[in-house]
Amino acid sequence: MGVGDPLGMAVTHAIASGMGGMRAAGDLVARMQMTRGMKIKEAKKYVAEKLGVSVPDLTDPIIMSEVRENLEIGTLHPVANHPQGIEAKANIAKVLDIDINCVKRLRESR
Amino acid sequence: MGKIKTRYGDGSPLEMSESELERDLEEGTADAADRGQIAPLSKEDLQHLTDIFCSPYRFVSVEPGNEVVLSYDGAPLKMWRTQISVNRIQCLEIYEKLLGADTLELGHVDYSYKPIKPIVGFEQPLMEKALMTTTAPLFYGAMPNLGLYSQPDGPFPNPAELMPMGKIDEARQAQEAAVEEAVKDIVFVAGSLYESGADGIILDTVGAAGDADFLAGLQATEILKEKYPEICIEFGMAGEFVLGMHGDLTYDGVRLAGLYAQDQVKLAEKAGATIFGPVCNTNTNKTAPWNLSRAITFMKACGEVANIPIHVNMGMGVGAVTVHDNPPIDIVSRASKGMVEICRLDGL
Repeated sequence: MGVGDPLGMAVTHAIASGMGGMRAAGDLVARMQMTRGMKIKEAKKYVAEKLGVSVPDLTDPIIMSEVRENLEIGTLHPVANHPQGIEAKANIAKVLDIDINCVKRLRESR
Repeated sequence: MGKIKTRYGDGSPLEMSESELERDLEEGTADAADRGQIAPLSKEDLQHLTDIFCSPYRFVSVEPGNEVVLSYDGAPLKMWRTQISVNRIQCLEIYEKLLGADTLELGHVDYSYKPIKPIVGFEQPLMEKALMTTTAPLFYGAMPNLGLYSQPDGPFPNPAELMPMGKIDEARQAQEAAVEEAVKDIVFVAGSLYESGADGIILDTVGAAGDADFLAGLQATEILKEKYPEICIEFGMAGEFVLGMHGDLTYDGVRLAGLYAQDQVKLAEKAGATIFGPVCNTNTNKTAPWNLSRAITFMKACGEVANIPIHVNMGMGVGAVTVHDNPPIDIVSRASKGMVEICRLDGL
């Protein structure tokens, strides 16, 4: 993306063509591009299979809220006694079967 | 149908007939095809763009299923520039929780690797703290910005002053020396932030100072990838072709000056980039349909040869987005939809 005020730029792109971030599964699909260099179709298919949902479900905030809560991988509205932040990322690493740099370094430092 | 409301590249409003719209779409793709020596858009692609611009709605979007991943550059700075009183971690939380961001990016207000080097010890704990509270992948980003290595800002003679004096060899030597220092700075800063846990590194606006700037980005990527094989590097360009400020620099035997996106991406892949961000500049004197047709022609050619994910630059002034700090949503949404649906894109 790039410069411009957040409403004109970030919000407009997010609504026009984004995956919704952690409202849905955008952060998870992004992780597959970043860790495995997957193109978008492959990344969506991989994440959908790991989560046990269909590819269209990945951008549905209602379905994904339930999936994220059940798998304890971080939700937009924090749930009491559920993981947030780096704890949620430790679960994401397990669910997606990937290394997450900060989680790996935290484990190694212990 | 009646007049179609659209804009010029500077954002000023404009009304066109359907035949004028179709003419601009055809001329935009023809310009890109001629400059880049690439295929123009097909009749089907041009018809899809016609339909997008003829939509009477102020906002349009991709069809469900066509959504892509979004990445950012200088994300916290957008809030600081509008004088919102938040710190950088709060900015990231706002992007993650309120703006639907698929990825996050931490960056310093002086968004270049050179000035960050002496303060990297302050950036690292901030990155480590941000990683504790955020969930989405978190990049650290900055620019190679070779201009900062020239006098009076940097140690080397200024090529822009030497060249008008006819001192071409001296100008080239100054740029080559700057590349060496820039590579050291990028590797030091990016490596430090990666060792603090960052999910990825963004080299943003690569090539802004020409072919030497592009070479510094490629060499730094190569070294970082060798040192940290798992590192993710998003390699974002500055302009639609590499300016030949030096003119005689090569990477992997390929002359860098004059390369367009479809050739840039092959070198970024070779260097070890994980994601590539191609650019097409917006022409302020031309219409949004002309600019979008032209930008999509370049980006489509890039996507067709890329083996790594492509995140097209769609910020202010590039990717047919208007050149204005407050990009109008009618144009940004049309550019977003057209770019994603016609090109083989993985993100923006």
